[in-house]
Amino acid sequence: MVTAVTDQAMAWDVAASTPDPELPALTIGDLGILRSVHYFPGREHGKDGEVVVTITPTYSGCPAMREISADVRSRLIRAGFPQVTVRTQLSPAWSTDWITPAGRRKLTRSDIVPPPRAPSRTGPVPLTLGRAPSPRCPRCDSPETRLTAQFGATACKSLHRCTACGEPFEAVKAI
Amino acid sequence: MSTHDDDFDDNPYDLLAEDHDEGHRWAFGTGFTDPLEGIDTSVPDALDPGALARYCLALGDDALIYSHRLQQWVAGLPELEEETAVANIALDLLGQARLLLARAGGIVGQTEDQLAFFRAEKDFRNVRLAEHADRDFAELVVRLLMFSTWRLALFESLSAAPDPVLAAIAAKGVNELAYHRDYAASWVVRLGDGTPLSHAKTQAALDTLWPLTGELCWPDPDALAAVDPGAFDAVLDTVLATAGLDRPVTAALAPVAGRAGRDGVHTEAMGYILAELQSVARAYPDATW
Repeated sequence: MVTAVTDQAMAWDVAASTPDPELPALTIGDLGILRSVHYFPGREHGKDGEVVVTITPTYSGCPAMREISADVRSRLIRAGFPQVTVRTQLSPAWSTDWITPAGRRKLTRSDIVPPPRAPSRTGPVPLTLGRAPSPRCPRCDSPETRLTAQFGATACKSLHRCTACGEPFEAVKAI
Repeated sequence: MSTHDDDFDDNPYDLLAEDHDEGHRWAFGTGFTDPLEGIDTSVPDALDPGALARYCLALGDDALIYSHRLQQWVAGLPELEEETAVANIALDLLGQARLLLARAGGIVGQTEDQLAFFRAEKDFRNVRLAEHADRDFAELVVRLLMFSTWRLALFESLSAAPDPVLAAIAAKGVNELAYHRDYAASWVVRLGDGTPLSHAKTQAALDTLWPLTGELCWPDPDALAAVDPGAFDAVLDTVLATAGLDRPVTAALAPVAGRAGRDGVHTEAMGYILAELQSVARAYPDATW
């Protein structure tokens, strides 16, 4: 059993270390895209068992799902797990609250502002008119920043500009 | 293990150049797989599979055709920030379309591509608002406000739909549509409450598009949720009041012999969209991407 438990942990680590194609400083483990890894030992313990990996898209139109799936598969095969099944899961919908503390630190070190806590809602989504609040500048820490666009280079980010140091920067939107 | 921060200083882009056993590299495109791969797509016993497929097709067609209209704007928008916004909204809707067409196609035995590229105009079930060609930026944002307000309210209801696949697609879409609506509403306010010229153009866009909103809340025998017209109106009225715009009183665009978008009867604009959307797939029916 020790072997199976170790293999389960190893399979998780291998899958979790897959980089996100659009935020390559972060892994799918950091982002919470990786939902589960189940290792089913073969008849004789060891690495003949099957690994079933479940991932979830960040946004409906995420163009990276196939790349992530292929990458997870090839990493696990190289690590000695020849039988890999990758599944998609839609529910519950991905939330930026699933980004791990390590993921948030990596965002900060990439000059991308991590998201605030996602709004928890009961009832209809409220309408937000006008400019949304803008976070502190990740370069100079000034609060004098402006949202320049609610949609950035990828679906998960917004664009901002610091009026103190003049630098543009990105932030991950809370969803 | 590699999940720790000490990996951070590696050049992250090196990881993307890795070749996979399947020959995919992110930088060169990786093709497509069924967006519902690995999801339990059995239809609950209490539901009529045909009705569920028709309904998912209608909601998927709304998103597919609307997304195509937005994609036509890309590279023609007034600022880079609007380019990224409109492209992102189009991508979100395309993602919703793929999931919904895959849901419908799985029931009727067709792929999402067969449904998107090889159906005739009369078989498309989108509302006519989705196919309108925006003549200026005011029409783009006014139409997006109407569409996203309606679709957000509908998807909020559908998050509790009796089909778990549709419910999951809708719950995911709610997060996206909330951003679309805020984007459109903020622009309608800026333009409506802007210069006399921007105000006039936005009011004209509203007057032009208003008749197309009637169809949104017409009853649909296949529907698994309905939008409360009062809730839809309340959001629009808030935006219009803030923008200083007048709510039009024009009548809904009538059906033709009792039939409208959901029945495959479209406006003249639809044929031109399909000619562009479907031309490559029809010219090269065996192509893969």
